[in-house]
Amino acid sequence: MIIETTALRKSFRSRKGTVEAVRGVDLAVAEGQVFGFLGPNGAGKTTTLRMLATLLAPDGGSAVVAGADLRREPGEVRRRIGYVGQNGGTWREATAREELVLQARLYGVSKADALRRAARSIEAFQLDTFADRKTVTYSGGQKRRVDIALGLVHDPLLVFLDEPTTGLDPASRSHVWDEVRRLRGEGMTVFLTTHYLDEADALCDQIAIMDGGLIVAEGTADELKQQVEGDVITLGFGPDGAEAVVAAEKLLATEPYARRAERADTDLRLYVAGGATAMPQLMRVLDGNDLTVESVELHRPSLDDVFLARTGRSLRD
Amino acid sequence: MPSLFRDTWLVFQRSMLLTLRNPTWVAVGLAQPLYYLLLFAPLLKNVRAPGMAGGNAAFAFFIPGLLTQLALFGTLFVGFGLIGELRDGVIERMRVTPVSRFALLLGRALRDVVTLVVQAIVLVVISIPFGLSVHFGPLLLVLCLMVLLALLGASVSYAVALILKSEDALAPLANGVAMPILLLSGVFLPMAAAPGWLQGISHANPLRYAVDASRDLFAGHITTNAVYEAAIILLALTVAAVIWAARRFARSVS
Ligand SMILES: Nc1ncnc2c1ncn2[C@@H]1O[C@H](COP(=O)(O)OP(=O)(O)OP(=O)(O)O)[C@@H](O)[C@H]1O
Ligand SMILES: [Mg+2]
Repeated sequence: MIIETTALRKSFRSRKGTVEAVRGVDLAVAEGQVFGFLGPNGAGKTTTLRMLATLLAPDGGSAVVAGADLRREPGEVRRRIGYVGQNGGTWREATAREELVLQARLYGVSKADALRRAARSIEAFQLDTFADRKTVTYSGGQKRRVDIALGLVHDPLLVFLDEPTTGLDPASRSHVWDEVRRLRGEGMTVFLTTHYLDEADALCDQIAIMDGGLIVAEGTADELKQQVEGDVITLGFGPDGAEAVVAAEKLLATEPYARRAERADTDLRLYVAGGATAMPQLMRVLDGNDLTVESVELHRPSLDDVFLARTGRSLRD
Repeated sequence: MPSLFRDTWLVFQRSMLLTLRNPTWVAVGLAQPLYYLLLFAPLLKNVRAPGMAGGNAAFAFFIPGLLTQLALFGTLFVGFGLIGELRDGVIERMRVTPVSRFALLLGRALRDVVTLVVQAIVLVVISIPFGLSVHFGPLLLVLCLMVLLALLGASVSYAVALILKSEDALAPLANGVAMPILLLSGVFLPMAAAPGWLQGISHANPLRYAVDASRDLFAGHITTNAVYEAAIILLALTVAAVIWAARRFARSVS
């Protein structure tokens, strides 16, 4: 295990009271994995990452990160990891190349080697068109790519990426995904956080869902989906279905086969024990009440359904 | 230890590079003492006060005050830049690397020292045509005092910035502190002319010792009590401030 934590805790005290940001996190991350932290705003993802990266002292619990004890050998942890914060960190008046060279040198690399590494990162992350301009002139996506390159320039064993793709366009996003997969191919462990369900689904070998400072579910995407029993039926009532969807929710939520109903705009998501038997029954109920459905879809639970089942909230909205 | 020097050098290089890319502030820092030199110093030639000579000797009296003023205003506000760096996430990025925490402070403070020493030399050179007489040895000692003052002021400013983390809190504090410190150091008139209670307070002001010592040095006296006092007091305060600020850099910024 490249990361092992036990009962990691952190609360923030201020004049307005105490926020228990992380309330006891147990994690085991295997080497060479892409490990994903999925959770809504304020779940405690960043706080956990900052503790594991030695930026914040935990209030309680212990952790071994990349083979070094977090409390006793923070210096050793720092030498072995890379960390890309949620908001990045570059000087406005410096160029990406200057930043990459300095970053490598801060890890003890010689000047010549640092220049080589910077050139290599610039190529790998396709920064060449702007690498010699000041970072203040970069677009959000360009800056994000520089941030990620900075966290990797010293070839760490383990890298933490806090929301690496937030704010990126689809092309840059898939580029970052490719880069993460390449790193895994080289044996690096990648620990990332994300709000994107498809990102967790497509990219992560192992996913932990965090909510309210606790890990509420953990496993591979498939394992997590299997934890939600039954099927999901999505009923679409069309653009004028505002009233119909409310009525349908009321009617169907009390049906014996319905586990839970959830409304999003004029769509109704129904969690049922068995899709095939429930479908004709619920259509009869809708017909009997003169409610017209525009679309019906039966599908296996998605990660969002897992999330909803575990936290009572949807990540979509 | 070698990594401390290496890291300090790396942080210094980067800080200096950024300062040189935006050198306006270095020039602005010089403007204030230059105004005093051109628009106020000529008055002093005809002023008589205890501990003060007239004529050209007035410059030997006044330049130390201006240098000290330069040191104070040139370093007390460096914390603002650091708060910008905090907000941009640069400090956090540095703190996850194995870079020495002392180097994070010393590299920046060294940039402030170099900036100040250059400004001081410019000011002294400009004062020579006005009648300031300069001797190489004493001038070197004055510059040593300036180095200590710069390290002291910058360290305090950085430490306070790391505690307050906001320009809105730092600005009133720095402004509120700068003026009384300046007036109580005898920059404009000798503290010897002050009533007893004011002199008493001024002894708690480290800048006063710097001003008194540089006055002796510009007058060509090297081995006076004021010089020894200033050396000891400033050295002790500077060491304490550097340690304090480096510890703030090492502490987790929550
Ligand atoms: N420095 C701090 N001082 C006070 N409270 C904090 C601090 N940092 C985080 N918190 C609080 O701790 C909780 C967890 O925050 P955290 O940043 O870890 O969430 P997150 O899961 O990363 O959320 P997001 O997805 O929005 O980035 C939040 O309620 C936040 O307001
Ligand atoms: Mg976060």
